[in-house]
Amino acid sequence: MFRTALRNVLAHKARLLMTVLAVMLGVAFVSGTLVFTDTLGNALRNQSAKSYDDVAVSVQTYADQRDQEKTGIDAATLEKIQGIDGVAAAHGRVSGFAGVADPDGKLIGSGWSNTGANFAPGADGKDPQYTFTDGKGPKAGQVALDRATADQGEYQVGDKVRVATNGPVQELTLSGVFTTEDGAVNAGGSLVLFDQRTAQKQYLRPGYFKDVTVTAASGASDTALLEKVEALLPEDATAQTGQALAEEQAKDIESGLTGLNTMLLAFAGIALFVGVFLIANTFTMLIAQRTRELALMRAVGASRRQVKRSVLAEAALVGLVASAVGFGLGLGLAVALRSAMDAFGAEMPAGPLVVSPVAVGSAFGVGVVITVLAAWLPARRAAKIPPVAAMNSVHAVATVKSLVVRNTIGSIVTAAGAVAIVAGASKGGGDGRYLIAGGAFFALLGVMVLIPLLSRPVIAAVRPLLTKVFGVSGKLAAQNAVRNPRRTGTTASALAIGLTLVTGLSVLGLTVGQAIDRMTTDHIRADYMVTMASGRPMDSSALKALEGADGVSAVSPKQAAGFQFEDDYLGASSVTPAAVDKVFHLKVVDGSLATLEDGAIAVDTKTADKRGWKVGDTLPVTFDDEKKGELKVGATFEGNEFLDSVLIDRAVADAHEAAPMIMEIWVNTDGGPSDSARQALVDALGNNPAIDVMDQQEIRNAFGGMINTMLYIMYGLLAMALIIAVLGVVNTLAMSVFERQQEIGMLRAIGLDRRRVKRMIRLEAVVISLFGAVLGTALGVFLGWAIGETIAESVPGYELVLPWDRIAIFLALAGLVGVLAALWPARSAARLNMLTAIKTE
Amino acid sequence: MTTTTPLASRSTEVAARATELSKVYGTGETRVVALDQVSIDFRQGELTAIMGPSGSGKSTLMHCVAGLDTFDGGSVRIGDTELGALKDKQLTQLRRDKIGFIFQAFNLLPTLTALENITLPMDIAGRKPDQAWLDQVIDMVGLRDRLKHRPAQLSGGQQQRVAVARALASQPEIIFGDEPTGNLDSRSGAEVLGFLRNSVRTLHQTVVMVTHDAVAASYADRVVFLADGRIVDEMHRPTADSVLDRMKEFDAKGRTS
Repeated sequence: MFRTALRNVLAHKARLLMTVLAVMLGVAFVSGTLVFTDTLGNALRNQSAKSYDDVAVSVQTYADQRDQEKTGIDAATLEKIQGIDGVAAAHGRVSGFAGVADPDGKLIGSGWSNTGANFAPGADGKDPQYTFTDGKGPKAGQVALDRATADQGEYQVGDKVRVATNGPVQELTLSGVFTTEDGAVNAGGSLVLFDQRTAQKQYLRPGYFKDVTVTAASGASDTALLEKVEALLPEDATAQTGQALAEEQAKDIESGLTGLNTMLLAFAGIALFVGVFLIANTFTMLIAQRTRELALMRAVGASRRQVKRSVLAEAALVGLVASAVGFGLGLGLAVALRSAMDAFGAEMPAGPLVVSPVAVGSAFGVGVVITVLAAWLPARRAAKIPPVAAMNSVHAVATVKSLVVRNTIGSIVTAAGAVAIVAGASKGGGDGRYLIAGGAFFALLGVMVLIPLLSRPVIAAVRPLLTKVFGVSGKLAAQNAVRNPRRTGTTASALAIGLTLVTGLSVLGLTVGQAIDRMTTDHIRADYMVTMASGRPMDSSALKALEGADGVSAVSPKQAAGFQFEDDYLGASSVTPAAVDKVFHLKVVDGSLATLEDGAIAVDTKTADKRGWKVGDTLPVTFDDEKKGELKVGATFEGNEFLDSVLIDRAVADAHEAAPMIMEIWVNTDGGPSDSARQALVDALGNNPAIDVMDQQEIRNAFGGMINTMLYIMYGLLAMALIIAVLGVVNTLAMSVFERQQEIGMLRAIGLDRRRVKRMIRLEAVVISLFGAVLGTALGVFLGWAIGETIAESVPGYELVLPWDRIAIFLALAGLVGVLAALWPARSAARLNMLTAIKTE
Repeated sequence: MTTTTPLASRSTEVAARATELSKVYGTGETRVVALDQVSIDFRQGELTAIMGPSGSGKSTLMHCVAGLDTFDGGSVRIGDTELGALKDKQLTQLRRDKIGFIFQAFNLLPTLTALENITLPMDIAGRKPDQAWLDQVIDMVGLRDRLKHRPAQLSGGQQQRVAVARALASQPEIIFGDEPTGNLDSRSGAEVLGFLRNSVRTLHQTVVMVTHDAVAASYADRVVFLADGRIVDEMHRPTADSVLDRMKEFDAKGRTS
C-alpha cells in the first residue's frame, strides 16, 4: 500500500505543489519562531551569565522614589563587606536615568534605555566592569560614555558632552570611552558613567549605594560569602549569589520569550489552519480523479481500511517532504528575523543558531499531522467508493443530500455563535468577552460550514453585473465559480479567516484610536505637555523654568500624590489650583475648584458616588509621610482621563512628600501652539534632550501611534495566512482548469479567443476571492463591534468606527489577489492544446 | 419549412477547399505523414462524410480545414478566407463566425441551459441571434420544451441535438462534425443524422463529418475515403451497404500489403 502511495505522490507532483507550498510555509513559520526564540534565549542567557560571571554575591536595594531617604547601603557597610575574608573586591553602584544629546541636540536612544551610573574604581583605580578603549574613568565634572553612544554623538575624549539627568542639562567633559558586558548596553542602550559622588547625589544621596557587587578571592565559596554579606546588610537589602541572579534573569528571559513565542505560534497556527482548507481541497480533487482507480483496487480485493490508509500515507508523505523543506526555510527565517531586528535598532546579542530537538520535532510533527488531518475526510470518502464504480464511466456523488445535512449543522452552529456574541456584547465586561470569544469561534465555524450554501445566492446576485460588464466571460466565470460549491467555499473560507481577523483588529484598533483622539481633544486645554523621555518624574527646576518662561499663560504640573483613607490608598493628582482648569477641560458638577486653594480637594463624580462623598464633607486621611490630617471635599467634577480621581493643591501635597513627583507639566501659551512658542519652552528648559515637549497631535500619536504600530505588526503576521489563502485560490483555479480542459477546448473551438479564456479564469478567481473577502470583512466588522461593546465602558467616548477606507483597501487587495492567483492557471488555460482537449477518451 | 433564398443561390459554390494540404508529425525516425498533399472541395449545401481506417488522417484533415490545427504545406480556404495567413486570434474569430462544430462528447457547458448553450457562439461574438432562424432550428431539432433544462437533465441524444442546434444557430458557412453520433445509441444517432441531413436539404447548410460508421456515412451526399493521409476514393449517394463493402476492401488491402 505504501508503494502505491509513493507512486501516487510522484505521479501528481504538480497538483500537490500548492499543498506542499502551504504546509511548507506554515512549518517554516513554526520552526522559524522556535529557532529564533531558542537562539535569542540562548544568546540572552549567555549574555546574562557572562555579566555575572565574576560576581560572587550581588546585593540589591529596592527603593521607590518616596523612601529614597531611607534606603541604600552606606559607605561604612561597603567597607565592611570589602573587609570580609575571601572577598577580592566589592563595588557599590548607583544608577538612574542619564541621556546624552547628539550633535543636533536630540536624545541618543529612546529614553527608557538611557542609563547613568557611577564609576567605582577599586584600589588600582580601575573598575573591572568597564574596559576603557580611550581615556580613563571620570572625575568630578567629567563623564565617560560607552563606545556606541560616543560614536553616535561623534564625541572625542576632551569634548564637552551635553548630559541630561532628571535635573537641568549639564555640560561635562568626556574623560573616556569604554566597552562593557552590561546586557542593557549590548542591547543598544546608552550608558553614562559619572564619578561616584556626582552619581550618588543624582541617583540616591551622597555616601549611599543602591547595589553592591562582590567578587570572590580564589578559593572562597559564593554561598559562604553570601552568608557573611547578609549579616552586614540593612533590612531592606537583599543578597544573592551571582549564579542565583543569573538563573533568575534566565528565568525572566524565558518567560519574556514565552510570550513572544506564544504570539508568533498563534499566528503560525492561523496560517496552518488556513492551509488545512487548501490541503483538503487538493486531496478531495485527487480522489475524485482517481475514483475508478480506487474502485478497481477495491474490486481486486483491497479493504476500505487499506484504501483509506493509502490516501493517508500519501498525505503523510507529502507532509514529510513539505516539513523538511519548510524546516530549512524556517532556519533561514530565524536568521532573517535576527538581522531584521538588528536593522531596526533592537540589537540582539550575538550567538550561535540554536536548533533544539523540540523545534525539529514540532516542525515535522506539525507538518505531517496537519496534512494527514486535512486529508482525513477525503480519505474517508475514498474508502466509501464502491467497487462497482470501477465499471461505471461516471461515479455519481451524493452531493445534494450531504449539503442538506451540512447546511442544517452550519445554520445551527452559526445561530448559536451569533446569539452568544450578541449576548456577550450586551452583557459586557470580562464575562461578556468570554461569551463573545466562544461565540465568535462558533460563528466563524458555522459560516465556514455554510459557505457552500451562501456562495450560490451571493454569486448569482453578481452574475448579471459580470455578464453586463464582461460579456460571456463574466457569465461563464460566475457560473464556474459556483460549480463546485464545496471547493469554492473552502477556498473562500481560507481567505475569509484572514480577513475576519484583519478587519476585526482594524475596527477595534481604529475605534480605540479615535476614542483616544477624542479623549485628548475633550479633556485637554493645554497647548503642550512636557515630560521626561525616560518616563520618570521631572526635576522641580523644570517646573520653575516653565513658570518663569516668556509667553506662558498657564502652567500646572500633574504630580503623583495620594493619601490613605480608611483601608484604601487613593491616588491623587497634585496641581496648581489657579491653572488647572486652564490646562484641562474640567466640568465641575458641584462646588467650586477655587476651594482647592484653601486646601480642599476635588473628587471626580465616579469616586464621589462610590464612596458617598458630597461637597462639604470632611475626610480623615493619612498622608504619605504617615501624618494624619483632614481633607475637605470642595468640588466634584466629571472624570478626566489625564488626571487621577482626586485633585489636590500641590502646596498641600508637597508638604507631605520627600520630593514632588512631577509626572507631567501642562502648559498653555499666549498665542496658542506655534513653532516659536514651542522653541520658547525648549529654551526655557535649557534645551534639555531628555525632556519631550508635545503638542496635542503628538500626545495623540504617543497613544494612538502605538495602536497603529500594533495593527501593522498584526497585519504583517497575518500576511502569512493570507499568502496561504492565495495559494489556495491558485490551487483551486489550477484544479478547475485541469478538470475543464475539454470544456475550455470546446469553447476555444467554437470561437472564444485566448484573451477571453484568460479573462474567464481571472474573473472566476476574482469572484471567489471577493466572495471570501466580503464574508471575512463582514464577520470582522461584526466581531469588532461585539468586542468593542465589551470594552466600551472602560473606554470613555467610545464610538464604533468602521474603517471604510481600510475595508475598501482590503477588498481591492482581495480583487488583486484574485487577479494574481489567476495568472498561472489562466495562462495554462489559454495555452491549452485545443485538439488534445476535445479529443475523446 | 421554407428555405431562404440567399443560401440557395450559393449552391454550386465551394464552402471550403483544401489544396495540396500536408501535415507531418515528428521528425526523423518518428516522422509520420498525417496528410499527404490532400486536395478536396466541400461544396455548399452538401453533406460530406469523411471515412477511413484509424490513423488514415481523417480527423487531421477535418481539424486542419476547420482551423483547429495548423498544417505544414498547401492551403485551406473557408469561403474567401485563406487560413494559412491567419493568426490565432483571427482563426478564433473565423471559427466563431463562419464555422459550426459538433463533437463526439463534451459538446455542452454543464452550467448553461439548453437555450444558453445554443446561443453561446452568438454570446461570444456579442451578437443577437436571428430569432426567426433560431425558432426554425429549435423546432427542427424538437427542443422547444427542453430549452430551460441543463445538460445533466437531458438524455445523450437530446444533448447532441442541442449541439446540432448550436452549430446551426449562428448560420455558419460550414459545420464540422467529429464522430457526432459516436457516443449515441442507434436510434438517437439516426435522429441526429436526420437533423443534419435535414439542415442540408431544407436549410441549405454545408456539413462535413468524420465518421467510421457506415450507417452514418450513408446519410451523406458524398463519402470521401482516406487512407495513409491520401484520398483514395469517393462515393456519391452512398448506401450503408456500398460504404461497408468499400471499407471491407480497404481492410483486405491493408492485410495483403
